[in-house]
Amino acid sequence: MHKIDDHVACAVAGIMSDANIFINTARVQAQRYTFMYQEPMPVEQLVQFLCDTKQWYTQFGGLRPFGVSFLFAGWDKNYGFQLYMSDPSGNYGGWKAAAVGANNQAGQSILRQDYKDDVTSDELALKVDSTSLTSKKLELAEVFLTPLGNVKYHVHSHDSLTKLWPKHGVTQPAAETS
Amino acid sequence: MECVFGLVGNGFAIVAADTSAVHSILVHKNNEDKIMVLDSHKLIAASGEPGDRVQFTEYVQKNVSLYQFRNGIPLTTAAAANFTRGELATALRKNPYSVNILMAGYDKEAGASLYYIDYIATLHKVDKGAFGYGSYFSLSTMDRHYRSDMSVEEAIELVDKCILEIRSRLVIAPPNFVIKIVDKDGAREHAWRQSVQDVTTASV
Repeated sequence: MHKIDDHVACAVAGIMSDANIFINTARVQAQRYTFMYQEPMPVEQLVQFLCDTKQWYTQFGGLRPFGVSFLFAGWDKNYGFQLYMSDPSGNYGGWKAAAVGANNQAGQSILRQDYKDDVTSDELALKVDSTSLTSKKLELAEVFLTPLGNVKYHVHSHDSLTKLWPKHGVTQPAAETS
Repeated sequence: MECVFGLVGNGFAIVAADTSAVHSILVHKNNEDKIMVLDSHKLIAASGEPGDRVQFTEYVQKNVSLYQFRNGIPLTTAAAANFTRGELATALRKNPYSVNILMAGYDKEAGASLYYIDYIATLHKVDKGAFGYGSYFSLSTMDRHYRSDMSVEEAIELVDKCILEIRSRLVIAPPNFVIKIVDKDGAREHAWRQSVQDVTTASV
């Protein structure tokens, strides 16, 4: 999971080396926009720009497409909190809940069943991956608004994750010796 | 000799510009509109080299429109002002535009705002601003009489005071002015102040 700008973060699934190029491109583009307009780049515009690049590789030059799927999460003043999913074809869509990577169909169907408009981030994350969960196997990150109105990106630490298990009734397997 | 000035009032911004197009000692026309409507809620009052003025303001306007078509949302006044400044700054060390701009706009969140952008890409958000020789008179008059949150009527009174000052004290004062306003209902022409109208010989 990576922070693209103060108000946008992304999670990646696929070939990590391809993903790293992309994340850098996203970061540069976000800064370019802010340099030009002195405002944070609207989330959809950033996603659209990246997807245009992905699409280019499917049409020209005989190069292979990027082997990455992204989940972009961010906030802007136009549409508030947004989630976008994109794939190697360059297709993207806005979602209320989405999953990419291994077992993404299973993830999508669990989300479809259990998503409600008022669900919290920890509840959902733990539902989706509660089979063999330890705090070392899960990364949970959040994009949220502080009381002052600033957008913050926060990654939960291992300890705070461990505290979440009993809170949501997830039974933790016996602690592994690492 | 070009006079452009403007100010921010209560929920609106107003800009005035002279309307003479001059080349050396010849007045080409005295009803040249130098205040361009950038989009539904933005105005650019520009002064400077006539070719550059038209070229640059049209360039900004087309880019602002393109942004709106591409992204489905309009640029804020601040974003448009910063974009404009960026374009002037990029051209500055190669082939600069000789254009001074007062950009007035209304945004729902920010309210009415006025941006001073000069030909060497200075950008300031201001309550009142002016360019040209007329600025010596209009800025002083506005400094004396301006209050924040003026009504439209009070602002027009102040604009008229400035025009009167320019007409009486500037050696080659432009005879005609156009006044445009932008508020929550949009950007529009408010009034003309003409002391010389185009003379045409009557057809016999």
